[in-house]
Amino acid sequence: MPLFWLILIVLAVATVGYVLGRSRALASAGGERRKLHSLPSYYGANVAMKAAVPAFLLMIVWLLAQPFYIDNSISGMIPDSAISEGSSRGLVMAEVRRAARGLDNAVAMGEITDDFARNARADFNDITARLKEAGQIVTSEITQPVMRAAQRFRILDATASLIMAIAVLLVAVIGALWGLRETKADFWARNTVEGGVKALLIGAASIAILTTIGIVLSLVFNTIEFFRLYPAIDFFTGLTWSPSFSGRGGSSELGIIPLLWGTFYISIVALAVAVPVGLFAAIYLSEYAGPRVRAVAKPLLEVLAGIPTIVYGLFALLTVGPLLLSVFGDEGIGIMQAGTAVMTAGLVMGIMLIPFVSSLSDDIINAVPQAMRDGSYGLGATKSETVKQVILPAALPGIVGAILLAASRAIGETMIVVLGAGAAARLSLNPFEAMTTVTAKIVSQLTGDADFASPEALVAFALGMTLFVVTLGLNIVALYIVRKYREQYD
Amino acid sequence: MVRKPLPMNEMPNTVEKVTDMTETKIAARKVQVYYGDTHAIQDVDIDIQAKAVTAFIGPSGCGKSTFLRTLNRMNDTIDVCRVEGDIKIDGEDIYDPKVDPVQLRAKVGMVFQKPNPFPKSIYDNVAYGPRIHGLASKKAELDEIVASSLQKAGLWNEVKDRLDGPGTGLSGGQQQRLCIARAIAVSPEVILMDEPCSALDPIATAKVEELIDELRENYTIVIVTHSMQQAARVSQQTAFFHLGILVELGATQDIFTNPQDKRTQDYITGRFG
Repeated sequence: MPLFWLILIVLAVATVGYVLGRSRALASAGGERRKLHSLPSYYGANVAMKAAVPAFLLMIVWLLAQPFYIDNSISGMIPDSAISEGSSRGLVMAEVRRAARGLDNAVAMGEITDDFARNARADFNDITARLKEAGQIVTSEITQPVMRAAQRFRILDATASLIMAIAVLLVAVIGALWGLRETKADFWARNTVEGGVKALLIGAASIAILTTIGIVLSLVFNTIEFFRLYPAIDFFTGLTWSPSFSGRGGSSELGIIPLLWGTFYISIVALAVAVPVGLFAAIYLSEYAGPRVRAVAKPLLEVLAGIPTIVYGLFALLTVGPLLLSVFGDEGIGIMQAGTAVMTAGLVMGIMLIPFVSSLSDDIINAVPQAMRDGSYGLGATKSETVKQVILPAALPGIVGAILLAASRAIGETMIVVLGAGAAARLSLNPFEAMTTVTAKIVSQLTGDADFASPEALVAFALGMTLFVVTLGLNIVALYIVRKYREQYD
Repeated sequence: MVRKPLPMNEMPNTVEKVTDMTETKIAARKVQVYYGDTHAIQDVDIDIQAKAVTAFIGPSGCGKSTFLRTLNRMNDTIDVCRVEGDIKIDGEDIYDPKVDPVQLRAKVGMVFQKPNPFPKSIYDNVAYGPRIHGLASKKAELDEIVASSLQKAGLWNEVKDRLDGPGTGLSGGQQQRLCIARAIAVSPEVILMDEPCSALDPIATAKVEELIDELRENYTIVIVTHSMQQAARVSQQTAFFHLGILVELGATQDIFTNPQDKRTQDYITGRFG
């Protein structure tokens, strides 16, 4: 709990700094608020900010760096001979950390004293036995170097934490004092606090961007690794997808074309359902429905967007699939073999996308100025003529943007495909055959016990990267169109 | 009744008397308009003369625009709005259930406060009405309607070389004249104008006023305006509205030189409004 206490103490320093800063500001102006550059609370906030922000930043950096430093200095203690065959330094280090935690727990339970746990000359067998007694050792093969390293780990960890606590508190107090020193009537506290707010907002925005970059990098490195094991040309142009999990490489054929075909086929069926239905629903809601109908119907339609896709998947598997089979299956037309098919997944995915298309289109249609409608009605046009000839052309770029966003949702969808479309990678034009998509295959390649370094597992990253590039491209096109649309009425 | 358009420079001080003009185009009796619970227009009786310009003046919120919009049933597009009373155009009750508001609006055109050309080409803007009403069966006929409407609106010379250019690319005054051309293109009998010059500069305003004066020859025009000078310049008949009531109606010259009601006098002399 010391970290928790440290945070509380820093916050307390900041709070005290706030109160002191406030009163000091008032005192410096001789109690007259008008003489202050800013409101007194801004002087307080400035002191609190100077106290808390550098202290917390130091703490975060320290907490990130400490494990690296300790791991580095400890791993030198373990001789190569102590690392058994088939194991690695990383595994031994994990054991060291486990043992150190065991010692911590034993001390906390009162089984051994802290001095004893720290004592480097303590008898190895004795300490192991005591730990076993306390129920803190799970592996019996704890070796002498590991135990010594664990002891050293504990000591380093405790010392580092202590130094960190002192350093953080020192920074907090120095920050508070600095802030207090600045507190004079003519100090621009308001602007300084504004700068702090701005920094906070920039921080929040950059976390999102940095995460995206991190995701891309994690994909890129594994994708490069994959292309080292499997030729890129075969991956992008191969017409067969048949990974083999028994042999290592060579025997697998990992062509992306059947998966991409399945992805686009299912997405096209989904969009063919979602775009007309969603668009017509949006036109009804924004142009025809009265305020009372709209107030009920719009949230109801948006409920569809809140349903988890696995539920849609169940709907596809249990309801839509059998329904289609009864019409197109052997008892009916006879072109459908099983309930799982492109059509099943596409229809259900289309239903899932309706709220995306309708909600976005509705907003875009509402953004068309009322003056356009008045102009058209004033010339004696009916509602549908106005919609067809004035509103839709004016809103079209925005609607295209909405459709592209829905398309990138469709391409990235997984659960409905897994449950509704089957798992067979196939190049076929028949929409009543089972097919599969890129996302569904990523899941099946990474789950299961394939060696993580084999091309069969690494192909998932290449698939993910391809998908990322495709959806990113679609999103860029969508954003470009939406932005172009926005300029139209300004 | 054909009148010669007035030259621009003579207009402000040569407001004509129109007392001899008796043909009534629109007759309204006991008109009430409600917005939800608000009684926006009370007991308005008015006769609007054919082939003349009638101006509605009055302070903001007095109901003049609301009343204007009852004349082509534009208020129907507002859910909470309710209209009672009789409004007859050429003796026909426009609120009769047998009257289609869409057909009515082809007969009673409207020009709005802010120029609102559609985001289409200049040609398509003007051709919009004729197309939906099927006024032209051939491309040549449509071209003819577009050209003559733009000519009547005094815009032809400025846009004849760029009919395919966007209507939104014109200047504000040109856009408003495009909207007038668009209204003329469906051959209406009445044109309603809701503060058509409020978004325009004085030069563009002068052009639109000149146009209104020319259009009087063929159309019955009702114009809402905040500018009393404009009402005096372009109209033959003026109606003064205040707090939802029609206070005074008369020949423009009489209203501005010899108002009968104290409120009219206060308004036109600038004591309120």
